[in-house]
Amino acid sequence: MTDNPMLTSLTAPAPAHLADDVLVEVGLADRMAPLGTAIGVLWVAWNGRGVAAVDLAEDGPAAAAHHQVVSGRRTLLADALPASLAGPIARRLSGDRSARITLDLRGHTDFEVAVWEKALDIPFGEVRPYGWIAAEIGRPKAVRAVGTALGHNPVPLVVPCHRVVRTDGTIGQYSLGGPGNKRAILAAEGLDPDGLETAARRGERLIGSDTTHIVCWPTCRHARRVSAAHRVPFRSLRDAQARGYRACKVCRPTAIEAAA
Amino acid sequence: MDDRTLAGLLADDLDAAFETLVRAHVDRCHAIALRVTGSHHDAEEVAQEAFVRAYRALAGYPPERISSLRLRPWLATIVVNLCRNRHRRAAPPALSLTALLDAGAEPQATLASGPAATAERHDARERLGTLLANLPERYRVPVVLRHVDSLSYAELALVLGKPEGTLKAQVHRGLAMLRVAAAAAGLEELIA
Repeated sequence: MTDNPMLTSLTAPAPAHLADDVLVEVGLADRMAPLGTAIGVLWVAWNGRGVAAVDLAEDGPAAAAHHQVVSGRRTLLADALPASLAGPIARRLSGDRSARITLDLRGHTDFEVAVWEKALDIPFGEVRPYGWIAAEIGRPKAVRAVGTALGHNPVPLVVPCHRVVRTDGTIGQYSLGGPGNKRAILAAEGLDPDGLETAARRGERLIGSDTTHIVCWPTCRHARRVSAAHRVPFRSLRDAQARGYRACKVCRPTAIEAAA
Repeated sequence: MDDRTLAGLLADDLDAAFETLVRAHVDRCHAIALRVTGSHHDAEEVAQEAFVRAYRALAGYPPERISSLRLRPWLATIVVNLCRNRHRRAAPPALSLTALLDAGAEPQATLASGPAATAERHDARERLGTLLANLPERYRVPVVLRHVDSLSYAELALVLGKPEGTLKAQVHRGLAMLRVAAAAAGLEELIA
């Protein structure tokens, strides 16, 4: 080697963040930053492949330490989400389903991913039962497994598992800090969780309109605009069909009698 | 760890070994990009993009191909190609090399020695970097690979796809041009 002293002086260490930036970009390390929401500060983990986690934690170091254990990836704290993520997440949380957010769901089963993708179809301010997800993904008997998959949702709020309720119409459990938070998030979306449960207990599982003879899930926007005078509650899709009603093509109420 | 061992580890488990590759090669890839583009901003972007492309390429290669890769020239090739795809230059040239050579170039100043000598040296290095970045590409890239990155001529031939003899001539010519320009800019100290 005949190194030229003039030019070897031109080598210098790369900026310290460069190696970390590369590892985050290819998805071998994650960054984590706080996000303000209806239920307080949540911690969002992401890398170049997408958003990997949304979690509650005491503080940043606790959030990063927990995510590192769960994901197996080094997790670096950041002050804030990059604008390219903060914008779409804010839009998604305020009900804009066109907001595109890629997710890093490596290590999860096809079934889990199918359940989470289906939960994304539920509009802001509406709920569907576990049995509906099971039916929609072609696994009508897998209601319990759907509940388990939703409980394992690594990106709550971003994937709105809070919009999936028990098949008996009660609000049900929530992985992100318990059922109280699920009620708070649904209330922030304009729903009345207590009212929904009371109606379900009265047997009002589906709502039809006696002018259109179409039957919907109670929170479907088409059900909610039926006036009180034309509102007809049903216990099941079978009851509604026996009275000559057909299922709404938007919210697609399913036969869920068997599952509860 | 030598590159042959590292290539074997990458072939074995890309995700487990990739960080070692990055940490072992990030400084030199950044230095190549910095001295070819002449811009700190471009150099960071190029170096990061180069590793991302390397990762994606490795993810698609069969293990035999990864374990036989010559990592140093392979990474340098990716960096050089990305630099070439980038036409914009962050900072305008401090002085035009061609104009200097045409004018027969009188030395303008010499390096001061004083309390701020370290800062001066840093400044002088940056000015030398600017001169290098203003060499025509066919001289600049071989000079950077040979003398900033210390690749062998055999490795240069792999990266640039030219015969070693041609590359030796280009490096020689590039250095000569750089010496003239450095002298003209009062940077003799760095040439000595």
